[in-house]
Order: sequence, then structure tokens, then C-alpha cells
Amino acid sequence: MREADKPVDSGGPTAGPGPGGDRPPPGPARPEFWRSPLRGPWLTAVLGLVLLGGVVVMFVTGLLSYAAYDPDLARLNDQTPDKGLLGFYLFDWPTSPYWLYRLTQGVHVTLGIVLVPVLLAKLWSVIPKLFAWPPVRSAGQALERVSLLLLVGGVIFEFVTGILNIQLYYVFPGSFYTLHFYGAWVFAGAFVVHVAFRLGRALRAVRAGPAGEYAASDDSGLVTPAPAPPTVSRRGALGMVGAGSAALLVVTVGQSVGGPLRTTALLAPHGQDPGPGENGFQINKTAAAVGIRDADIGPHWRLTVRGGGRQAVLTYDELLALPRHRAALPIACVEGWSTDDQLWSGVRLTDLAGLVGLRERTPHVLVESVQRGGPFSSVVLAAAQARDDRSLLAVRVNGGVLSRDHGYPARIIVPGAPGVHNTKWVTRLSFGEPA
Amino acid sequence: MNAFRRRYGASVLHLLLTLCSWALAGYAGVRLLNGDTLGVVIWFVGAAVLHDLVLLPVYGVLDRALQGVTRRRGGRRAGGGTAVNYVRVPVFLSGLLLLVWFPLVLRLVGHYTAATGLPADRFWEHWLLITAALFALSALCYAVRSWHRRPAVTGPPDSTTDARRKGQR
Repeated sequence: MREADKPVDSGGPTAGPGPGGDRPPPGPARPEFWRSPLRGPWLTAVLGLVLLGGVVVMFVTGLLSYAAYDPDLARLNDQTPDKGLLGFYLFDWPTSPYWLYRLTQGVHVTLGIVLVPVLLAKLWSVIPKLFAWPPVRSAGQALERVSLLLLVGGVIFEFVTGILNIQLYYVFPGSFYTLHFYGAWVFAGAFVVHVAFRLGRALRAVRAGPAGEYAASDDSGLVTPAPAPPTVSRRGALGMVGAGSAALLVVTVGQSVGGPLRTTALLAPHGQDPGPGENGFQINKTAAAVGIRDADIGPHWRLTVRGGGRQAVLTYDELLALPRHRAALPIACVEGWSTDDQLWSGVRLTDLAGLVGLRERTPHVLVESVQRGGPFSSVVLAAAQARDDRSLLAVRVNGGVLSRDHGYPARIIVPGAPGVHNTKWVTRLSFGEPA
Repeated sequence: MNAFRRRYGASVLHLLLTLCSWALAGYAGVRLLNGDTLGVVIWFVGAAVLHDLVLLPVYGVLDRALQGVTRRRGGRRAGGGTAVNYVRVPVFLSGLLLLVWFPLVLRLVGHYTAATGLPADRFWEHWLLITAALFALSALCYAVRSWHRRPAVTGPPDSTTDARRKGQR
């Protein structure tokens, strides 16, 4: 088979510290099966510390994104009604700074993509330990191996569901929100334990430097007793991982940063030019994709405003006749992409609430689209969102009429809210009613 | 305390933290599995198994095969051991981009254009062009290195090539 199977009894430390005689079966359980001279505590520690920082940022930005959907505000907003204590930290998502979600979710998604090669390298660097012999040395080690399944299974599960979701490749077994959110918590416990047990060792290994552990006293189980001739240094290998992260960053980050950089996002789902004109910016779901028909948004379209026991019904022209205000706000999607600030023009939500006598102390509002079904065809916006001067029912953007795909005849635009909360093709606003 | 460590193999703290994390995993796990239970288990465990027992061995064997080829070709001459990196790095980068973006590159997302209004056929072209650029860049680097390392016509060759070779490591 491979060189690895040749006996390497000439000098060097022999296999395993096991008490006499229990030589592992041939194959990956033997330390000399693994030939790469790169594996060792230093490489694993450096990769581990990078992941530690990255995963913490991803976890925090992930929880922020969960909070941004305001799941506690209404059953309608809540994709995970069984969350129990896992939503303990939830808070009212703010409207300032208006770019907050654009930043946090751009970081969450882009960082996740950039960390892929670091994660792969980390897993590669510790693979011999998966086959360590004997498989179970003590009860403590047995428990740790189960935790490692949660750790490794969890981290790959999170990366895979996230990366597939942003490409609209919905092949995972259930709702993305449910899987990604609960999966993160399953992973989190195993991650904290892993860090608690290994951080000290990792810091010591980094301090010792890349050549620090060649000593025969190495007990990490990572250093091969039969190194193949080196083809790259440990720093070189790290450089290769870094180049991988850089390559992914370059072809991705433009979809979140926008401006001229968007053209560099060659492989990102929302890196392409959507065309010229006032409506030439990224679309989450087109009108056709969600089944909007001509009749839904034609001359018979009406806007119904309800609240406080009153109701007002407006035609498109009557809506246009209301006082209009402007706000420069981006669309920022949970998938990590976002648009630059677009100049929206429309009627303030507080002014619409005024039609039913709720201009002062405007309450939360249920927003409904003509869209039939779908998880975000309607949403409840918090009172603070409805009261913000920049929160509009927009009818124009960048000086032109809204296109069908951007929500003609009227759409919500709220500062700081996740993209899907900016409901398109709005037909009814219900202020203060329980949703 | 020592008796516990002898029997258990680690400290009491280890046991307590592990059990705490399992309890949390159980609390979240029940919710994760509520629905397509088998599907989620397959995805969760399968993710680790597929990586550890398929993806990693496959790229490990490919890398070793690549090393075999370049070592035989290059021998000890011209840093035969490190020549492999001129192939390894662009293959790694191109493969990594494909691994992350394969649903779009391989056009597996049938509703992409319907949803976003953007053409779906560009990703494949972009990936191929990036791959071509990576190999071209690597070829250029290799050519420059080979040109620098060509046997010197004048002067003593040993000292300079030795110094360069050290610089590689």
C-alpha cells in the first residue's frame, strides 16, 4: 500500500506508551502510519486559537442575528417557538445604527466562509488522534471522545448548513433557522468544554514555537515517529491556509461591502450586477418566485390600515398623495449580502398610524404582504421600529418607482432590520393588534 | 481525589464540565431533533464521518500521489521536494473554492435565477477562470525560480545556490 505500512523500527521512539505488548493493529492506529512532519502541538495550537477567536465572533453575531428577528415580539416572527431558555438573552433589536445588521451579519457569513480552510487544517492536524490506540484508555477519555463527536459533528453541521443556505441550496433536513440555531447550541457546550481543557496546552505550545516540541518527550500524540521528508515548513503550511482564507475572502466579501468591490465577489451568490437603473440593486426573492400576480398589484390593489378599532383603505393614488419622506437605508440579508444605502421615498409609518388615530405613541404593527404564504410574507415590527422617522412604507427608490421585484406598489423599509422584515408588496398594516 | 483521577483518568472538574455540556446538548438536541429526527442525526454524525473517513483520506492520498510524481520527476535536483508546492497550492486553492461554492458552481440550485433575478451560469465560468489564473500564476513562479536556479555559466555555483536553497525553507 503506502509507505506508511513499511516497518520503521530503526531508531526513533517506538509506538505508543501502552503497557507492553498491545501494539495497535496495522493501519491508522499506528503512530507511524501518519507521516507528515507538519503535525505537532504548535500547528494545532495556532489553528485552534484562530478558530477560538473566529468561532466566538460567529457565535455572538449568530445570536445577534437571532435577536434581530425579534422572535419574542410575536408568534409570527418566531421560527423556533420551542426555544425555551435558549432565547434567554433576547432584546429589542435597535434601529440605530441603521447599518448594524448589515455589519453583524456580513461579519457572521464572511467570517464563516473565510474560516473554512482553518477548520479543515485544524481537523487535519489532529486526525491521528481519532484512531488513537487503545480506543478507550479511561472513563474520562471515553466521555471526551463522545464530546468530540458533538464538537466536530456540530461545527461541520453548522458550517455546512450555513454555507448551503446562503447559496439557496435547501437540501438540509428541515428549516434552516431551526437546524442552525439549535445546532449552534449543541455545538456550543462541547466547544466551551474543549476550550477549557485545551486552552492552557495550546498557549504553552504556541509559546514553545514551531520547533518546540520535537523532543522525544512529546505526549500530544500528534508528532509522527516516522516523518516523511518535508516538502513545506510549518509556517509555509500556515501560509497556505492563510492563502485559502484570503482567496475565499476576495471572491466573497464584495457582496457584503458593496460599492466597486462587489464586482470582485466572483463566486458569491449576490456578487453580480443586477442591471442599471433606480432599481438596480440586489433582490432576495423576485415577484415571480413568490407567486405575485398582476392582479395582486394592479389597479385593484388597496392598502388597508387598521388599529384602535378604526380602518382606512387607500388606493395607490391616495397613498401617493400622503406626505412623503426620504431615508437612505441598505437591504441587509441573513445570507450575509447587503446593498449599499438606497434612497427610499415613502410615507412614514407614524403618519400611516395617524390615519387611524395612532400617530402619538404608535404601537407595534403587523405588516402583511399580498404574497401567499411563505415564512416571511407577514411580520410584526416593534413599536420602536414603527416610531423611527426613517421607517417608511416606500413607494419610490433612488428617484424611480419601485420595480415589481423590489415590492411595487409599496414596501416597508426599516433601519437596522434584517432584509425579510422589509416586507414587499404590502397590502395591510394593523397597528397595535395582537398578532 | 487521586483515587478518582486514577479510576476516571481525569479530574473531577473534567467530569463536571463534560456532564454540564451534555445536559446543554441534550436540551438543545431535543429541539434540533424535533422534526426529521433521522435526517438530522444522519446530517450531524454524517458530517463528522464524511469528513474524517472520506474527504480527509481522499485529499491525503491525492497529495501523496502528487508528491510521488513530483519527487520522481524532479529528483533531488532543483529542490525536487518542494517543487510539489507549485502544483499543490493552486490545486488546494481551486479545490477549496469549489468545496465552498459547489452548489452554485455546479449549477445545482435550480431556482437561483428565479429567486435572485441573476444569471446562474457565471459561477462555473468564474471558477474556471480563477483556476486558470491560479495555475498560470504558479507556472510563472515556477519558471522564475527555475530560471534563477539554472546552472550558472560563470563563477562558483555552490555558495549562491546553497544560500538560495536555505532561503526556501
